[in-house]
Amino acid sequence: MTQHGETNPKSEERIGVYVCHCGTNIAGVVDVQGVAEWAASQLEHRGVVIGRDYKFMCSSLGQELIEKDIKELGLTRVVVAACSPHLHEATFRTACKNAGLNPYLCELVSIREQVSWVHTDKAMATAKSKAMISGGVERVIRHAPLEPLRVPIHPDTMVVGGGIAGIQSALEIADAGYHVYLVEREPSIGGHMAQFDKTFPTLDCSACILTPKMVQVGTHPNITMLTWSEVEKVDGFVGNFTVTVRKKARKIIEELCTGCGICQEKCPKKVIDDVYEAGLGYRKAVYTPFPQAVPKYPVMDVPNCTYFEKGTCKACEKFCPTNAIDFKQQDEILTLQVGAIVLATGYDLFDARRVTNYGYGRLPNVFTSLEFERLSNAAGPTNGNIVLRDGKTTPKSVGIVHCVGSRDRNFNNYCSVICCMQGLKFAHLVHERTGAIVYNFYIDMRTAYKAYDEFYQRVLEEGTLFVRGKVAEITDVARRPDEDGHLIVQVEDTLASKQRRIPVDMVILSTGLQPRYDAKETAKRFGLSCSADGWFIEKHPKLDPISTMTEGIYIAGCVQGPKDIPSSVAQGAAAAARVLGKIQQREISIEPVRASVNQDQCSGCRICNNLCPYNAISFVEDRAVSQVNAALCQGCGTCVAACPAGAISGTAFSNAQILAQIEGLMMLNLEEPVTA
Amino acid sequence: MSDKPKFAMYWAASCGGCEIAVLNINEKILDFDANFEVVFWPVAMDAKYKDVEAMEDGSILLTLFNGGIRTDENEHIAKLLRRKSKLLVAFGSCANEGCVPGLANFSSIKDMVDTAYSTVSTDNPGNIRPLTSYDMPEGTIHIPTLNPTLKTLDQVVDVDYYMPGCPPESHQIAAVIDLVIQVLQGKAELPPKGSVIGAGPSTVCDECQRSRNVKTITSFKRIMMTEIDPDLCLLEQGIPCNGPATRSGCNARCPTAGAQCIGCYGPAEGVVDYGARLISAFASVIDATDPNEIDRILDGIPDPAGQFYRFNLAGSLLRSSKSAWEKEKA
Amino acid sequence: MTDKFEPTIIGFTCNWCSYRAADLAGTARIKYPPNVRLVRLMCSGRLDPTFVFKALSSGADGVIITGCHPGECHYLEQNYKALRRFQLMKRTLVGLGLEPGRVKLIWASAAEGAKFASEINTFVEEIRALGPLHWGIPSDALPVSSVALEEVPA
Repeated sequence: MTQHGETNPKSEERIGVYVCHCGTNIAGVVDVQGVAEWAASQLEHRGVVIGRDYKFMCSSLGQELIEKDIKELGLTRVVVAACSPHLHEATFRTACKNAGLNPYLCELVSIREQVSWVHTDKAMATAKSKAMISGGVERVIRHAPLEPLRVPIHPDTMVVGGGIAGIQSALEIADAGYHVYLVEREPSIGGHMAQFDKTFPTLDCSACILTPKMVQVGTHPNITMLTWSEVEKVDGFVGNFTVTVRKKARKIIEELCTGCGICQEKCPKKVIDDVYEAGLGYRKAVYTPFPQAVPKYPVMDVPNCTYFEKGTCKACEKFCPTNAIDFKQQDEILTLQVGAIVLATGYDLFDARRVTNYGYGRLPNVFTSLEFERLSNAAGPTNGNIVLRDGKTTPKSVGIVHCVGSRDRNFNNYCSVICCMQGLKFAHLVHERTGAIVYNFYIDMRTAYKAYDEFYQRVLEEGTLFVRGKVAEITDVARRPDEDGHLIVQVEDTLASKQRRIPVDMVILSTGLQPRYDAKETAKRFGLSCSADGWFIEKHPKLDPISTMTEGIYIAGCVQGPKDIPSSVAQGAAAAARVLGKIQQREISIEPVRASVNQDQCSGCRICNNLCPYNAISFVEDRAVSQVNAALCQGCGTCVAACPAGAISGTAFSNAQILAQIEGLMMLNLEEPVTA
Repeated sequence: MSDKPKFAMYWAASCGGCEIAVLNINEKILDFDANFEVVFWPVAMDAKYKDVEAMEDGSILLTLFNGGIRTDENEHIAKLLRRKSKLLVAFGSCANEGCVPGLANFSSIKDMVDTAYSTVSTDNPGNIRPLTSYDMPEGTIHIPTLNPTLKTLDQVVDVDYYMPGCPPESHQIAAVIDLVIQVLQGKAELPPKGSVIGAGPSTVCDECQRSRNVKTITSFKRIMMTEIDPDLCLLEQGIPCNGPATRSGCNARCPTAGAQCIGCYGPAEGVVDYGARLISAFASVIDATDPNEIDRILDGIPDPAGQFYRFNLAGSLLRSSKSAWEKEKA
Repeated sequence: MTDKFEPTIIGFTCNWCSYRAADLAGTARIKYPPNVRLVRLMCSGRLDPTFVFKALSSGADGVIITGCHPGECHYLEQNYKALRRFQLMKRTLVGLGLEPGRVKLIWASAAEGAKFASEINTFVEEIRALGPLHWGIPSDALPVSSVALEEVPA
């Protein structure tokens, strides 16, 4: 029969069913032995010739068990009931392959993540395991042997984001001899680290350790730096990405510019620097964000440039000794071929204005952490003098508030990781430079990692006062004479069990980190996903925090979640290692999950034509049929589901396989679980 | 009795259009007569069930069975003809997938009978219902009993070939008869059992001459309330045309004539559920991502179940509406 | 077994978000009732309404379809196609007399193990409240005599 009244043909396959105990992870809830015996006896008519249970199927002994059965019993299909296919599908496929069975004739059924770890009723968990195995058996009967597609890997890499994570990644790859495009949307690489004064816990000067690396990037023969540039579009797949980059017009001819800085000097227009100086200082309309910027070329701030505003000025052009100013320069669109991409697009600082009760933006002497970094930076707007907003008064008392915007249901639930250490560093710097009394208001002190807690002890010994409690309010409304003219920090001191009002001259908010404002758009552009918080999702939170769900795209630094500099550097290097590993494979095998059109059955109705986000479907005008380009197809199966003629089929997730699986899953109902 | 191979045709729950389609093969009927002996064809000649029952099993070469299985009588004859026939063909949409008689699967028998005997169009002051058996002095007499739902032929018996259409196009019938004659003469081979015959492998669009583009639908319209571009794909104009999912073989009669395909040729090769294909296809090309906007567009298909299962309800995965069986079950 | 009605529910998950949410629920040992049996698809866009009809006609009491949140599809925008199909499919099923609550579409990202589990909890309770479905293949389930017609009134 064709389309009418589906019945299961008697299976002529020889199927082995293997049920894993996973120690007690599965066996503690599911009657694994019973399930294996049930499969062997009750699914015999479906072709099951052997059902075994074993302590750890994924161990080499477990795998050998399968391999031996394939050889000795002539198994043609294998079903393993164990953990999630995202963990061990590859393991069991390899075992099948080793025994001469096409790896795609193996089906992994997840009775750990989907049964034993989430259910408590043993009888029902056992019944569900049987149903799932039955679904797996029905599915695997319809499997066809498949061969992975092999495609060459382009040896070039793109690193997006020129902060410390991206810099590290780019240098590692370039040092190994491969070409890197480093894309940065600001005029200079360096990222947030370039704005810091000192780094905790060692108090190294941030610029002193960062700038040599920046210079290395700038001069590296294997690195093409694309600053003032943004990725607009990503096509293709692992090994073969085509990336479209917009190189914004600097209005500076890079070949001619020597970076002498005369244009900046002569430019008459002063603009508040919101990015690098966190709004505390000024830059010109043609500028390099900071003296050690890499590359050295300035950019022109077109919206603020007097010439673009009024049509006259051109002071920069007049004084430029090398005629490097080009007011007519246009954006350039570059199309680059790369094999792998490292995303290191970093974070945004939490906007402290959102915590209205802390008064940032309203009370002048409430500062954010980034503002304080600039204040304390010797190259910053105050030459490193820690002063109040009036620019001259040195504070006599300073309150540092931890967890601003973090660990707070009203804002971000997560811990921003760096704020405690940042707050301690601020305490030390204030103490050292001003001798002021310093209060740190904290919920919990988190000083994990090497040498961090020692730093905390040091700050304690310096005499900083620690108040455990979440600050309720910062106000300038005095209730007592001693509060007059001060900021008052209202806090419940949970160690002393009382409400306190502490007058201070200056408050520094240790603001948390949050995903870039455009993180979701970026994720979409690269085909990745973000967690609910907005951080990019890694392939596995513990075992693969570097890869993403999109093969060939790696993440490094704070784009994955808040982290400090050492962790960002480590992750940047790790991503580089992964990229190098890929490049050295030269070619890559990709899962043969692909759609294809049966040309005889296709009527050319064109319903599928605009369903593919990868443009893998095209219409062949002369034959009036649609076709799928297998190299572009990513295997989502949307067109398969949409084809009204049933002319599109998808490997590894075919209609027959899924319908059979559903039928298998429904063989048992929970009301009368079969007890073997 | 001649030595010619024997032929039967039967009319179960259907309208009779299939028989007329067979007669519409015109002079080809003479070839047919030259090659077959008609042993059972209630519409065309007198015959008794007992005559068929008396035949040897497998003695009829070819039976064209049209109509769905609605009554116990339909079912009895389907089983009888299956036993007596070498080749049993589900002929026409009713036998294949239920067709219009299958739309009764939207209602319970009670609702259906009430509609037939108690609506304003019926003059039935005593609110009388027919009986299925009645005691007479001579004994008890019976009329066929309705089954709870209409079934397709292959939901009752094993079927060798499927010939879709409401009715099957006469040129397709002629071609099938030609084929069988050629097989008898040893000049051709029968297709594999279970094949769909007398139809194309693709769908109506394959034969439709209207021009087609990439589709984005912003609203569905009713054809009688719209001015239609005569050359452009109807679906692209917002007309819910079932052509993309309906098996080819009719030369795209309806779209060519300016009406949307309503799906009488049933699903394409290998398709498990006809309506599901249309649901998926239509929804895929709706141009909206906002649930409310999607709802607004879908309001243009006021009766989706009727739209997608006009011919296929009995042959679909769900076979009937819930109301067709839930009351009796309770 | 308890006297409580234990529904059987088929759930469809996408490989990238909701299947991983189910994995995460497992890793985090978040409990939910065992009434749901999951089918992995590569994307919610792969969901062919045929699968839902198949599940219902095979005896499922409810079907839950899960995918990435709108705007977060691994395949960029295919979950919108799933959404559109779901809405049309649901209308069709309601036209066939199904209670609208027996089919449900929810979004769960790979990070939302807890949400996934709580959605399953909710859905199982909703289906329990609706009672068994056991979509009839009626003539098989019912003896013909049980639908005998009324007598002619005298």
